[in-house]
Amino acid sequence: MPAVSKGDGMRGLAVFISDIRNCKSKEAEIKRINKELANIRSKFKGDKALDGYSKKKYVCKLLFIFLLGHDIDFGHMEAVNLLSSNKYTEKQIGYLFISVLVNSNSELIRLINNAIKNDLSSRNPTFMCLALHCIANVGSREMAEAFASEIPRILVAGDTMDSVKQSAALCLLRLYKTSPDLVLMGEWTSRVVHLLNDQHMGVVTAAISLITCLSQKNPDEFKTCVSLAVSRLSRIVSSASTDLQDYTYYFVPAPWLSCKLLRLLQCYPPPEDGAVKGRLVECLETILNKAQEPPKSKKVQHSNAKNAILFEAISLIIHYDSEPNLLVRACNQLGQFLQHRETNLRYLALESMCTLASSEFSHEAVKTHIETVINALKTERDVSVRQRAADLLYAMCDRSNAKQIVAEMLSYLETADYSIREEMVLKVAILAEKYAVDYSWYVDTILNLIRIAGDYVSEEVWYRVIQIVINRDDVQGYAAKTVFEALQAPACHENMVKVGGYILGEFGNLIAGDPRSSPLVQFNLLHSKFHLCSVPTRALLLSAYIKFINLFPETKATIQEVLRCDSQIRNSDVELQQRAVEYLKLSSIASTDVLATVLEEMPPFPERESSILAKLKKKKGPGAVSVTELDDSKREAGELNGGADRGPDTAAMAASNASTPSPSADLLGIRSAAPVGAAQTNAGSLLVDVFSDSGPAAPSAAVNDDGFLSSAPPSEDPAPPLSEADELLNKFVCKNNGVLFENQLLQIGIKSEYRQNLGRMYLFYGNKTSVQFASFSTTVSCPGELQAQLNVQSKPVEPLVEGGAQIQQVLNIECITDFCDAPLLNIKFRYGGALQNLTLKLPVTINKFFQPTEMSSSDFFQRWKQLSQPQQEAQKIFKANHSMDTEVLKAKLLGLGTALLDNIDPNPENYVCAGVIQTKGQQIGCLLRLEPNAQAQMYRLTLRCSKDTVSKRLCELLAQQF
Amino acid sequence: LLFSRQGKLRLQKWFTPLTDREKKKVIRDMMMLVLARPPRSCNFLQWRDLKIVYKRYASLYFCAGLEDKDNELLALEVLHRYVELLDKYFGNVCELDIIFNFEKAYFILDEFLMGGEILETSKLAVGVSMEEADTLQETMEEYMSKPAY
Repeated sequence: MPAVSKGDGMRGLAVFISDIRNCKSKEAEIKRINKELANIRSKFKGDKALDGYSKKKYVCKLLFIFLLGHDIDFGHMEAVNLLSSNKYTEKQIGYLFISVLVNSNSELIRLINNAIKNDLSSRNPTFMCLALHCIANVGSREMAEAFASEIPRILVAGDTMDSVKQSAALCLLRLYKTSPDLVLMGEWTSRVVHLLNDQHMGVVTAAISLITCLSQKNPDEFKTCVSLAVSRLSRIVSSASTDLQDYTYYFVPAPWLSCKLLRLLQCYPPPEDGAVKGRLVECLETILNKAQEPPKSKKVQHSNAKNAILFEAISLIIHYDSEPNLLVRACNQLGQFLQHRETNLRYLALESMCTLASSEFSHEAVKTHIETVINALKTERDVSVRQRAADLLYAMCDRSNAKQIVAEMLSYLETADYSIREEMVLKVAILAEKYAVDYSWYVDTILNLIRIAGDYVSEEVWYRVIQIVINRDDVQGYAAKTVFEALQAPACHENMVKVGGYILGEFGNLIAGDPRSSPLVQFNLLHSKFHLCSVPTRALLLSAYIKFINLFPETKATIQEVLRCDSQIRNSDVELQQRAVEYLKLSSIASTDVLATVLEEMPPFPERESSILAKLKKKKGPGAVSVTELDDSKREAGELNGGADRGPDTAAMAASNASTPSPSADLLGIRSAAPVGAAQTNAGSLLVDVFSDSGPAAPSAAVNDDGFLSSAPPSEDPAPPLSEADELLNKFVCKNNGVLFENQLLQIGIKSEYRQNLGRMYLFYGNKTSVQFASFSTTVSCPGELQAQLNVQSKPVEPLVEGGAQIQQVLNIECITDFCDAPLLNIKFRYGGALQNLTLKLPVTINKFFQPTEMSSSDFFQRWKQLSQPQQEAQKIFKANHSMDTEVLKAKLLGLGTALLDNIDPNPENYVCAGVIQTKGQQIGCLLRLEPNAQAQMYRLTLRCSKDTVSKRLCELLAQQF
Repeated sequence: LLFSRQGKLRLQKWFTPLTDREKKKVIRDMMMLVLARPPRSCNFLQWRDLKIVYKRYASLYFCAGLEDKDNELLALEVLHRYVELLDKYFGNVCELDIIFNFEKAYFILDEFLMGGEILETSKLAVGVSMEEADTLQETMEEYMSKPAY
């Protein structure tokens, strides 16, 4: 049994806990718990009124059971009853239960709030504190609404006990963090700031957390705190270790408060007032001096507390970035830590130095430690310390030491931990590019990188090297020679093969003069790797081969032979098969002139920010999950590819019939159009080879629709909607015009306008082939419920669409009531005898019927309050999928159809919108609030609408948009 | 809140709202990371965008997540001060004390990390300066016992 030394132990509870602990199996445990639950239930339901003690005991047991991971669905009422008890321990358990198990049961919340209100006004400090704790622990919006105005009053009231003040300050901070709009400081500001002068150190400590947070949001209002903070700090720093009694922690005076003060000062620029500044600099010097003094205690706590203040002071110095002396001193003191016995200190020193390196004053000083840091990278036992060392090397790198650092990092890569390899690779790649004086060094470095850590070299890295090689004439020959040599290694990484294939395909001719690397030797070398590679790489190699045919006509026969063999031309992978067939055809039909045009050397890439850098930033960002990374890299690849925007204007669309170099078009056009017409398409497709992620996904899907290569069973029934139909739909939530769908045969463009509850949509069907489409027909249907919600009328279209022609169809749409689904558009036609059958979702979404509503801040909040029923609100927190740029966001929100309201939300980062959805039967008011968190790359979206289904639907739709 | 499962998690407290699933994931990741660390390595780690500070006391690991700007060394001392408080309250605290008096451990944490000294803790003359540290930040504390326990 445990030694319960104080308090009133609850014997029943202790017995129960030991029973549970003695249970041999999970089953036994559950059995024991169920028995206890039944017992408690009968006790609660029993006729006899329970006394406070037993209620407390049972509630406590319930709590324990809940914490074991079982569901508790009763006892809330009893817990609330405990709140109104006069006994401290009973109240305490009640609050604990509420804090842990509170849900948004509105009835209960009211009772709880009442109990809290009673306690707050009880003038009994311990009860007040308990109530404040409960508010802070729950911190829900309801609580904020109920108490946000009450707490500041308690905080600044003259007669409030110190301990209550502390709780109130922190409680208010908690509410401010959850619902900043409800906590309005206004009139309290100056009195809160003056808490910094409070006699009681505890109050100051608590208040400063609140002030720090508030000043981050409203720096101007809290400006006066700077001088107060400085004088407080100087008093602490200069005090002897015994002056502060209880607040001295292992001989260090008030370390927590000191750090908080230094942190607060980091919210502001250096003080303008000379006297204040002088005093502050003095403080900082004292802190640096004190850190050098011999320790007053051997305890690790003493040095930790002391150094904590030192590190915080250093971050302030770095933040000011204006005192060269201090910066250099800081750097030197950190330098001493680099070789300190204590691992923690080494870690922190490396971390702080990273930021020091970015200051112009201390950059040089940091560089003097390069040897130590490299040594740390090599010998440190702890991964996280090594990681910091690598970060620091990255930060201190400049033109003068780039070669040394990159070399060290490369050699470290060979033994580096798997967890940090990818990041290291990115860093090396960036440094090599940034500080490359001659590009042959750059090429060497990257190829080395691929050789050493090929698995960790992401797409971006090798895209980038190719971009650079193509853009710089002087390095092309060297690059070709180097990759050629690198490829001669018996085992080389697939990424190397990719780079090799691409570069030799483009610039193989530059080294063909040497008999050791004659065209055939080059080809054979590449082809010897072919069978070991994955599909995307093979696809790339095939493209390289066709380029060879152009570069070296003498290889034509050999390459055609390779293309013709069964393993290529009958490959089970559609993408490979298609390429083999097309390239073979192209090489035999086209004249050398045509070949030369089609397969011309790639044009230089426009200069742009390195995508690697973007990737590293993203990696550093919070919670970079691998799945989203994959998406991102795909998107980036798309951008590299010349940013083929899938949503061109209608005008562009009309012109696109001839030969759009669309990224997914590939070579299919060659069958129907003349080779010359296909030339442009082809060039586009080669671009895709390297700069899309070479995934076969897009092209192969297109091939299926085509019905030429695949044998999708033709059927008269409308096909099920395309798998990507939802995705297509999402693209149109915030815009009305664009290309809805495109494959090899058909392009569908949309133009639409909406007024009130009516809309008109123009559909443009473009035949991309040169062959006529027969029996062309379209049907619009509203599945299920939608039939009663939306009325869509369409005029029939002409059954024949000539090659290259475009026809138009008009749809009239009426919104009868709010709806969730989208109408389906089915298209059928015959192309070359084969029936094509395709179903899409029409981008008609509820938000199209928005009327923007402008309103003032007070109106907005009044309506927001009116829509406070839980069902009326829909909220979602989600990860940003697109850029979080303000202008982009604004454009999207306007495209949504609502009015974007400025100056409503107290936080200028947030967006607030209002609009009314017009349906035939009713008008539905909607308010929207979007809170981006750039740091976490997350959004919180809140919608309140007068109709619950609308809130839900809009929330779903919008969550896909940002 | 406090979990006590199979000699694993002993106490947890969250200062930012998270769903249960996220919490479970965090706890699992945290245990894996911390328990896998070799002895005598440093007490700080980077995990996603949080800094993790942990320390082992006998069979228990104390661990807290900090935001980017928080001071690690001080957080380490927060953990230490909390252990001191438990020690003072229970008189040489051991894991069993925390299991059987979970509510007390929880109250002490509340007192310590919300400011204010009331009843029991006031008698302990806790340096009030400790109170708040990271309350408001994303901080969670878990006690984990070694699996061998």
